[in-house]
Amino acid sequence: MAAVATCGTGAGSAGSMAAATSSSDVTSFQRKGPRASGTDSGVPRLVSIAGTRPSVRNGQLLVSTGLPALDQLLGGGLAVGTVLLIEEDKYNIYSPLLFKYFLAEGIINGHTLLVASAKEDPADILQELPAPLLDDNCKKELDEDVYNHKTPESNIKMVGPVSSSRFGHYYDASKRIPQELIEASKWHGFFLPEKISSTFKVEPCSLTHGYIKLLHFIQNIIYEEGFDGSNPQKKQKNILRIGIQNLGSPLWGDDICCTENCDNSHSLTKFLYVLRGLLRTSLSACIITMPTHLIQNKAIIARVTNLSDTVVGLESFIGSERETNPLYKDYHGLIHIRQIPRLNNLICDESDVKDLAFKLKRKLFTIEKQNKKSGVGARQLLETREEHLSSRLLVLTQAERLCMGRRFFTAFHIFNELPCKGDCICLQTCQTR
Amino acid sequence: GKLTLLCDAKTDGSFLVHHFLSFYLKANCKVCFVALIQSFSHYNIVGQKLGVSLTMARERGQLVFLEGLKASVDVFFHAHEEPHPLQFLREANAGNLQPLFEFVREALKPVENGEAAWRCPVLLVDDLSLLLSLGVGAVAVLDFVHYCRATVCWELKGNMVVLVHDSGDAEDEENDILLNGLSHQSHLILRTEGLATGFCRDVHGQLRILWRRPSQPTAQRDRSLTYQYKIQDKSVSFFAKGMSPAVL
Repeated sequence: MAAVATCGTGAGSAGSMAAATSSSDVTSFQRKGPRASGTDSGVPRLVSIAGTRPSVRNGQLLVSTGLPALDQLLGGGLAVGTVLLIEEDKYNIYSPLLFKYFLAEGIINGHTLLVASAKEDPADILQELPAPLLDDNCKKELDEDVYNHKTPESNIKMVGPVSSSRFGHYYDASKRIPQELIEASKWHGFFLPEKISSTFKVEPCSLTHGYIKLLHFIQNIIYEEGFDGSNPQKKQKNILRIGIQNLGSPLWGDDICCTENCDNSHSLTKFLYVLRGLLRTSLSACIITMPTHLIQNKAIIARVTNLSDTVVGLESFIGSERETNPLYKDYHGLIHIRQIPRLNNLICDESDVKDLAFKLKRKLFTIEKQNKKSGVGARQLLETREEHLSSRLLVLTQAERLCMGRRFFTAFHIFNELPCKGDCICLQTCQTR
Repeated sequence: GKLTLLCDAKTDGSFLVHHFLSFYLKANCKVCFVALIQSFSHYNIVGQKLGVSLTMARERGQLVFLEGLKASVDVFFHAHEEPHPLQFLREANAGNLQPLFEFVREALKPVENGEAAWRCPVLLVDDLSLLLSLGVGAVAVLDFVHYCRATVCWELKGNMVVLVHDSGDAEDEENDILLNGLSHQSHLILRTEGLATGFCRDVHGQLRILWRRPSQPTAQRDRSLTYQYKIQDKSVSFFAKGMSPAVL
C-alpha cells in the first residue's frame, strides 16, 4: 500500500507494530501524510473534516479505528459510510477495548458520538475510555521494548502514518481519558432499558422492539444534526461515530444466541441492512461488536458477514489449550481479518499476512505478525506432534527464535528426522545429525 | 432469452456483475439493475473505470436503477400508500416479491413511441441471497425469478443475470434450495471460487464456466471450462490453471 511505503522513514510513533504489506502494484503515488488530495477523481472537498483522510486506492474518505495497526490492515482506515463488525472473543475481554479505542478516537478528533448498549449505560462507557498518548511517550515505549529484547528488531515493520495532523492516535489502556475531554465532546447515548419503557406505536415488522427503537434513534440524530446533508446551512461538516455493543445478544431481545431455530431469525439481518442504508447516505461510520460465537445457526453468521462491510474476528487464548502452548506464549490471542470491502473498486487492499496475533501489553494493544517464517503447515505440525515431542518443542522454539531472519525453517528437519544440512543454526540443539 | 447465474463461493464475484453491467450498457441494451448490496456511486465509479457512465445512462433512460440501500431506508421509516418495490421489509412474515416484480416489468416495458429503441432488455440482480437475509423465503425468491424469466426472457426476448452466494459449509438450507433451483433453470453458470489452497496474491480465484441447455434433455454433455483469474484495477486477466504469470 502506498500509505505504508511512505512511513518507512519515521520510527518515532511506532508503539504498535504490524506487518508491512508489499508495495502495491497499482500506483506508486506516495504521500507524506494526510493532505487534501485533488488529484483523485471523484474525491469531494470533504477532506476539511478533522480526523479523516481520503484513501489512496479509491478516494474513499477514511476515519481511523483508534488502532493505527488495525487501520493499516484494513487498508488505511475505516471508510465513512461502512460498518466494522467485530466478532467478540469468548469472554468478551478484548473486544470492548477495540470498541473504546474507536470511541476515544472520535473524542480526540472532535467527532460526534452515538453509543448504544443494552448492558452498560453509555455515560459509564465513556468514562472508561483510554487516555491518549503523547508523542514522546510512544517513542520511549518502543525504545524500551527493543532494548529489552522483548521484540526482535527484525520483527518491527513500519506502521501507521507519521503525520502532523494525526490521523491515528495511540492510547494508554491503563489510564482514563481526562474528564474535560468528555465534557467538551458531543455524544448521544442509547441505553436500551431506558428507551424500551416508553410506548411507541409501530406496526409489526419482524424486527425486535429494541432494534426498531435504535434505528429510529439513529435516523433521528442523523437527520436532526444534518449528517446526511439535510441542513445545508451547517457550516462545519462532521462525522458521526456510532458504536453498538453486543448486538445480537439476548439483552437486545433477540434470541438468535439462544436457540437454533428462532422465530424472528431475520431481525438482526434486516437491522444491519437498514443500518447500512442509513450509513451510506450520511457521513457516519459504525462499529458493532457481536457475540458470534454464541450464535447457534451458522447460516446467520454467514449472512451477517455478507451484510457487513469490514469484519474482524478476535480469538483470545484464555481458557483454550493454546494458552499453554509455548508457540503462543507471547500473545493474548489471534486476530482474523475476515472481510474487507471492495468500495468503488474491483479489488481491495487485502493484506498478505493472514496469521496475526495481538497482545495487550502494559499500556498498548499491539497486533503483530506471528513469529513464523513458513506458512500454516508448520503450525499444524507443531500442534499435532505436541504431545509426543514436548521436550523437543521447547528446544525448537529457542532454535527457531535464533533463526529469525533466516530463510529456512528448522522445524521441518527436526520433525521429519532428516539430517541437518550443516548450515543451520540448530547445530547446537538438534539431535539428528 | 438466457438466464445467466453468477455464483461465488468463498470469494467475491462482484467483478462479474460490473462486467456484465458495462457489457450490456455498451451493447446498447436497456438495463434494469436491482442493486441491493452497494450504493449507486460505487457502481458508477467502477463503471467509469470500465468505460461506461451510469449517470448518463440513467439520464438517457437506458438504465433503470433500483438502489436497495437508499430505498430500504425510505420504505422503513416512511409509510407509503402504493406498494414500494421493497415492501417486504415492513412485513412481519415471509413477504412476497410481487411489488418488486411489478417494478421490473414496468421498467423493462417496451416504449410505445417509435423512437430509437434500445436492444434487448436485460435484468441484473445483485444479489438474490440478500433477499433471503431480509426475510423472504427461498420459494418466494424462486417465484420471483420465474415470473421475471417469463416476462423478460420469454415475452420480451431479453436476458437475465443474477448473482447468488454459495454459502459452502455454512449449512444455509434456504440458500442451497435457491442455488440448486436456479442452477437447473439457467443457461450459463459462472462460478467463482477461491483457490482450494488458500489466499494467493497473484491468483485471486478460479472461474468455472458451464454451458447448459435446460430445455432439452441432457443427451449431450454440458461444456465446461475452468480458468484462473487475477483482478486488476481496471480489468481482470484470465489464464489457464497453473499458468499464472507469477508462476511461469
